[in-house]
Amino acid sequence: MALPPTPAQTVGPFFGYALPYDGGPQLVAPGSSGSIRLHGTVYDGDGAPIPDAMVEIWQPDQHGRISQQPGSLSRDGHTFTGWGRTEVNYEGQFTFTTVNPGPTAPGKAPYILLTVFARGLMDRLFTRVYMPEDRQALGADPLLSTLAEDRRSTLIAHRDDDGGLRFDIRLQGEDETVFLTYPRTPQFTGRRA
Amino acid sequence: MAQPPTNPDAAAASQEQISAEIAEQHRNYQQQKDHGTEETSARLNFPPYRSSLLRHPTKSLQHADPEDIELHSPAFGQRDVSPLEADLTIQHGGEPIGERIVVSGRVLDGDGRPVRHQLVEVWQANAAGRYIHKRDQHPAPIDPNFTGVGRTLTGPEGEYSFTTIKPAPYPWKNHINAWRPAHIHFSLFGTDFTQRIVTQMYFPGDPLFSLDPIYQAITDPQARQRLVATYDHGVSQHEWNTGYRWDIILSGSNRTWSEEDQ
Repeated sequence: MALPPTPAQTVGPFFGYALPYDGGPQLVAPGSSGSIRLHGTVYDGDGAPIPDAMVEIWQPDQHGRISQQPGSLSRDGHTFTGWGRTEVNYEGQFTFTTVNPGPTAPGKAPYILLTVFARGLMDRLFTRVYMPEDRQALGADPLLSTLAEDRRSTLIAHRDDDGGLRFDIRLQGEDETVFLTYPRTPQFTGRRA
Repeated sequence: MAQPPTNPDAAAASQEQISAEIAEQHRNYQQQKDHGTEETSARLNFPPYRSSLLRHPTKSLQHADPEDIELHSPAFGQRDVSPLEADLTIQHGGEPIGERIVVSGRVLDGDGRPVRHQLVEVWQANAAGRYIHKRDQHPAPIDPNFTGVGRTLTGPEGEYSFTTIKPAPYPWKNHINAWRPAHIHFSLFGTDFTQRIVTQMYFPGDPLFSLDPIYQAITDPQARQRLVATYDHGVSQHEWNTGYRWDIILSGSNRTWSEEDQ
């Protein structure tokens, strides 16, 4: 029988001394073979950067394998744990050092699962950061193919000249990022039914 | 009706105005509930909480089927968390000031399975209502013996326990004379990443509950009650601490569970 879930509450303004930690944004060592920068800015509904947000990523490795190794909070510099966390800076920017995720099965579109927390945001929001290259896999992706073109583009990262990925997050507005809800994971937007 | 100001520090409204807005939201929910939608969590768009105005999605959330990565969570182990981190009262040279408490409970998934060996993080204000955060400028004393940050891993039955100091309420700028009920922030992981949750635990009988737009953003009264710990004399210890119990139920797992996994 399903139990009623514990409700969420905002992360508030004062998580900065508690949740971020040394090494949180570095899933791999900067400059190591295959490392890339994943970066972006979190914006509010006025298009202003949000200076008190936190971002987490969770992803497979380059070969599409999901790590179940501990060590995310105390990194050894070698083990890929697949998970990272960072707070944004005063200009709303976040930066991770990671690797391009591989497809978890042949032909699947690789993506990084990204979670946003912020003061003012009552519950975490999930989204996916898709790799931009494999157009065929992107076209066949079950989630992306349900979205209109202008909405789909908010989930596809931009590849920088240096191999990095840029993924901006807009919590509200015309070009609002597509946020995801999953079966058995209720969220309430407060929109009139 | 004019839009309320979006500057979260404007402190423009009175408590009476905020309370009236909360009551309107709750009325709106009760009407909706009569048509069958029970809201088991907080509303992302809750205007009495001014900071939510520009920070909630205005478009519908997109339904997605969880894939491999969403059906797993990162693993944490002994190398990540020291057992000492579950005691927030021993992190400095001396004893922190305040009422020493133990908060214990279990982390379960939406089907009642214990969430084992998973990370639980907490953070909180001190006994005077002050956070060790550079943006907290509330003129209440900092306690040099209390940081207010703890971590632990759940046990084989999903159990956790923190020793800490009872936090005090503190003022904020949502509206004039706004005070948060005393609370401890919790951050949790499940077996599926879709179960990730950040929330706040409250203490029974807090007179600030009805006035607080963050707590009241949970429109369903039964759902609100799930964030309130219970005083548990069995967790209190002779001449040492008072005790509270708070169980946390994550959302349902989307994995296919086999008999051995239970």
